[in-house]
Amino acid sequence: MISLTSPVKTRAHGWPAGGKLLALCVVSVVLFAVPDLMFQFAAAMSVVLLYALPGRVFLRHGLRRIWPLWPFVVVLLVWHVFTDAWAEGVVIALRMLTAVALANLVTMTTSLQAMMDVVSWLLRPFARFGVNVRAIELAAAMVIRFTPVLGEKGTALALAWRARSRRPAGWRVIVPFMVLALDDAGHVSEALRARGGIEMDKKS
Amino acid sequence: MNSEHNVVQIALFTALIAALGLVPQLTLAFGVPITAQSLGIMLCGTVLGARRGGLAALLFIGLVALGLPLLAGGRGGLGVFTSPTAGFALGFPVAAFATGWVMERLSGVTVVLAAGIAAVLGGVVVLYAFGISGMAIVLGRSLTEAALLVTAFIPGDAVKAVLAGIITAALYRARPHSVFSRS
Repeated sequence: MISLTSPVKTRAHGWPAGGKLLALCVVSVVLFAVPDLMFQFAAAMSVVLLYALPGRVFLRHGLRRIWPLWPFVVVLLVWHVFTDAWAEGVVIALRMLTAVALANLVTMTTSLQAMMDVVSWLLRPFARFGVNVRAIELAAAMVIRFTPVLGEKGTALALAWRARSRRPAGWRVIVPFMVLALDDAGHVSEALRARGGIEMDKKS
Repeated sequence: MNSEHNVVQIALFTALIAALGLVPQLTLAFGVPITAQSLGIMLCGTVLGARRGGLAALLFIGLVALGLPLLAGGRGGLGVFTSPTAGFALGFPVAAFATGWVMERLSGVTVVLAAGIAAVLGGVVVLYAFGISGMAIVLGRSLTEAALLVTAFIPGDAVKAVLAGIITAALYRARPHSVFSRS
């Protein structure tokens, strides 16, 4: 599966994921707490600088990720020009872009494994209250494996439909698609049970 | 029903939500490509019921947060949760749970009607309550102004709720034991 981590290795890849997440939380709260134009402008420029440091490929990659926000920027600016409060509009638009760009930055420089480790660490205290951390990890792994598998099956069903009809498949293929997924779930859980199941750890 | 089946069922539904948003052939054709992802959220509730459906949607949004590009159009990562559409993402598990909750309470009604009503209440009313609140916070607007921005999407989602009813009923005929909200 395609990942959202950056194609360029940066120094931030080596930093602990927990620290990056904590810093992101703090900075995001501060961004939303200070509605000052100069502050927001400085924050936005610092983020651009952070993106520019690892080089042009990284910068372009990052910009492409926040590009889908442009309709919101347009709406905000148009709205505020009409209500004659353009400075407020600029503050809100900058804040939104900075917050999203920073969060993307953490995602781009942190591997899925490192993120998963933070989650496991956070969940550990809950294991005492009956939360099966192993089941959650297993489910996550299964989603990663099954999303492309189901994607292929969905494509195949849609193609089979096209072979029989001139009209596009649309929602009608969703029923057989879900029947396939439910049957798969039955097979996979039987296979899992035959190999010891997810309660395996508890017994030993 | 054993715990393996439970976990696998939740995981496969999570993958299903993702697949419905990612496979271009599965977009609902109404002239404009509308992805079936929010339909997936509704189906989680109408098929799996409140608890399992809510957990499947929670797993989905959790994996998006970890950095998997599972949202429609291949979006994902932590940026989703600070963007104007954050409310919709955070509302997914609650919407799936609410859909399942309503579905389980309508056991006296036919499946197609029960699933349709549940999908409207959970997948549209609850989801938009979260979505509009999120948009109001991130864009610094009032709730009414934020609601105006998303009204264009409500008819499409109402159609999806109807489809959720039809699909759940068809699924109930094909695999009665797999529709947990009814067993």
